[in-house]
Formats: sequence, structure tokens, C-alpha cells
Amino acid sequence: MPRTVLHADMNNCYASIEMLHHPRLRGHPVAVGGSAEERHGIILARNYEARPFGVKVGQALWQARQLCPDLVIVPPDYDKYMRFSKMFRDILGSYSPLVEPFGLDESWVDISQSLQGRTGGEVADEIRERVKFELGITVSVGVSFNKIFAKLGSDMKKPDATTVITEDNFRETVWGLPAADLLGVGRSTQKKLQMYNIKTIGDIARLGADQLQTWFGKWGLYLYAYAAGLDSSPVREIGDESAVKSVGNSTTCPRDLENDEDAHIVFLNLAESVAERMRELGLQAKTVQISLRQNDLYWFERQTGLERPTFIATELCGAAMKLLRANYDWRKPLRSVGIRGTNLIPIDAPYQLMLFEDEEKRLKSERIEYALDDIRRRFGHHSVNRGLLLLDRKLGRLDAKADNTIHPVGYL
Amino acid sequence: MDEKTQKLMENDCKVYVAVNADITAEGQVLPRSFVWEDGVRYEIDRVLDVRRAASLKAGGAGLRYTVKIQGRERYLWLEDDGGGRWFMERRA
Repeated sequence: MPRTVLHADMNNCYASIEMLHHPRLRGHPVAVGGSAEERHGIILARNYEARPFGVKVGQALWQARQLCPDLVIVPPDYDKYMRFSKMFRDILGSYSPLVEPFGLDESWVDISQSLQGRTGGEVADEIRERVKFELGITVSVGVSFNKIFAKLGSDMKKPDATTVITEDNFRETVWGLPAADLLGVGRSTQKKLQMYNIKTIGDIARLGADQLQTWFGKWGLYLYAYAAGLDSSPVREIGDESAVKSVGNSTTCPRDLENDEDAHIVFLNLAESVAERMRELGLQAKTVQISLRQNDLYWFERQTGLERPTFIATELCGAAMKLLRANYDWRKPLRSVGIRGTNLIPIDAPYQLMLFEDEEKRLKSERIEYALDDIRRRFGHHSVNRGLLLLDRKLGRLDAKADNTIHPVGYL
Repeated sequence: MDEKTQKLMENDCKVYVAVNADITAEGQVLPRSFVWEDGVRYEIDRVLDVRRAASLKAGGAGLRYTVKIQGRERYLWLEDDGGGRWFMERRA
């Protein structure tokens, strides 16, 4: 018996919420973007009026203004977006307990067991009407027999539309779409596919699992399953998302970073907040990842395993700096950097002591970090700081924890 | 924020009002009267309907009360912004 999976996507979420609250904005090209003063200058969302001008999510504010001089840029209000996100999920949750959020503005819902004689399309239409009436925001819904096609469907018709992809029609509706539309096909996969002249989702499916595995390894098998409609990954229940897979933080710096010392200040700052959050969650990381964005916006990530798991800021920062030194030559300044602890295990998991390391000293570092948490909880984040952060007050001043980036956890 | 953006973000259709309400033993909140921005207090004769709804006109969302005031039906919102404020739509 095929499943009925919905993927619901709030259209232009942040921009729509702002337009709801500020009626005068309606009819104008509007974008939500980070404050230009701190140079967090990218477009986070834009409305349909801004689209014909070529304004896109991720563009620098100055770029967007160049394309659309009348663009109204509104600063983001994450508290408001979180509230709407929760109300949105509450509505979805009234149809099925199986709701899996993907970022703030998208969720999958498995309604196979709660159709009560209705079709998936009918339920999707009702959800759209309810969200529009109760939250004042339009939603696109994809209905299909797996999560991948449901997500694809919600992207096909926008705004305020339902797209149904069935086992009978997916070859006609999906296979003609560009390969890049498939969830999981990022920039580098797309490049590689292009090299092999694979243009559409149908091309991927027709290639077969064996060939894809030869080219992409294990990832190739996923790609094949996604394209051929064989994805069987379940919609996880609400609450499951608290099974945290990584804790990370990134920031666009108040000025471009030019050398290791600059990066050290920012990494330490970010590592402190990451370490603090890991301790809050009772987790420690076995792997550290860094992400680097140059001032020409070229972006890449590097990661390394740790000799032993840690929740100590200086150790996370040390690993990040080691990665940076090994992978970056400062030919171009860095615009933004991020650090993430992944491969998380509980803090109290047993671990192998090191023969040539001073255990006593390490335990002391742990105690210092807990003491820092306590002081900050009682007197505020900036009541105590590392001396290094004073070297450059502008770079050191970021309150990294309050500046968390909000983005979906990885699909896999 | 520049002046133009500020102007566009002003909202003169949304009027926050002070509300007197009863809370029933079941925890239901029932507004009984409110004070309009000119200081006049209006009695609510009846609450006709309560449901979640957005106000496109005033800009906001929350629990919408359909109330009868001096024989006329009006909407009164308990806003969903964590602040627990009540608002109404200004009529053009």
C-alpha cells in the first residue's frame, strides 16, 4: 500500500510574515535581509514583486539594490518567524503525529493513516486553506508516495497550490525536470552530472544504480533511489528532531578576516558558543567541521576527526585552526566562517585515556568551562571573556550564541 | 532603516485596545469590554465565535473573537505574539 506523504512549504516565508504584519509593504518589492551595518548583508527572503527584478535569496544586499533600486529591505525578526513556524507545525500536527520539519518553513507530513476516505490532494487543499485563514500566509503542498517527490511537488507550483505526483504519473511529471531540482543534488554533484551529460532527473533514473554507484559511491545509490521514486525514508515524528546531529555556528564578520590571528579570534568566539550549547545538550563532538566563505563568496567546508571527543571550546578552536592552516593560504580574505561539532555522543560516554596527555589538566579545562557557563548564566554573556577576544574588539564583540544561524539539519 | 522603509512599516490599521475579560473555571477567556483609543469604553454584549484567524487588514494573527457591540458584529484579536495584547481593525 503506497504511502501518502505531504510536503508543505510556506511561500517566501519571512517576506510573507513581514507583509502580513505591515500591510503597507504589500504591492512593493520587499526583501528580508541582515543588517547592513554589521555587514550580514544577504537577502534571506523576497516576495513575488521582487522576483522579476532578479532579486534572489543569498544575494548581497548591495547587489539586490542594484537590480531593484526600489527594493524595500526589512530587517529579520526571528522570534516572529519561530512563532509562525510553530503555529504552522501545530496545524500540520492536527492531521498526523508524523510531522518532520525541514527548516523553519517546510515540513513533511505522513497522512497515510489519517486520510479517512479522502485523497491526499483534498487534505493538502484543506491545509492550504487553513494556513491561509489562520496565519495569513500561502503554502505550496506537494503530495506523493515518498518524501523526495513530495518535496519536489511543493516546488513545482507556487504560490498557494497543490501538486500531486503519483506512482502512475511521476515519469511524466518529474523525469523531465532538471537534475538540480532533486533534493540532495548540490553544486558539486550537479557539476559532476553535467560532466557526464546527465541533465534531467529522468536521465539519473535511466542510468541505473550500478553506473551511479561507480561514479558517486554509496551516494550514487541514494541518487538512483531518489530519482526512480524508490525512496522509502520514513517521516520522523515531531520531537524526533531534537535528536541533534550537529551543533554549529557561523557568522559574517564585521570586517573581512586577513590572517590566522583574525580567524583565531572569530573561531574562538564561535567555538565558545558551540561548546556551551553542546554542554547544554549534554553532548560532545568526535568531529569538527569548518566552513569558509571568501569575500568573492566562494564557499567550502573541511572536517577532521578528533583524537578524543570534546566539549571544550579551546579544543574545538584548536581543531578548527589546524584545519584552517592546512587548507587555506589567505590568497583571498574571508568574509564569513563557521565551526560545527558533529558525530555527537553523550558527555558521559566512556573514552580512552591518552598515555601522553595530562589528564589532570584536561579535567581542569572542563571545570573552567562549566564555571564560565555558570558565570554567564548569572551575569550575562559578556561578563567574562577570553583575553584573545580583546585583541580586536570589533571581531571579538560578536555575541556568537545569540547570532545562531537557523537552517535545516542535513537530510541524511 | 531609511525613512521610506520606516514609513512603509508603519501600520495605522491596527489598534491595540485595553480589554476587561472573564476567565471561566475551564480557563476560557471571554472579553467583556474594551477601551478604544479615544478613551471610550465599549461593553461586549455577546461573544459569537472564537477561532484562530489572521487579520490581513490590521496585520497579525491569533485568536479571533467575533463579538456583538451595540448590535454590531466586530472582530477582536488576542494576538499570538507572546505579549498577550488585544487588537482590532480600524475601519476606513
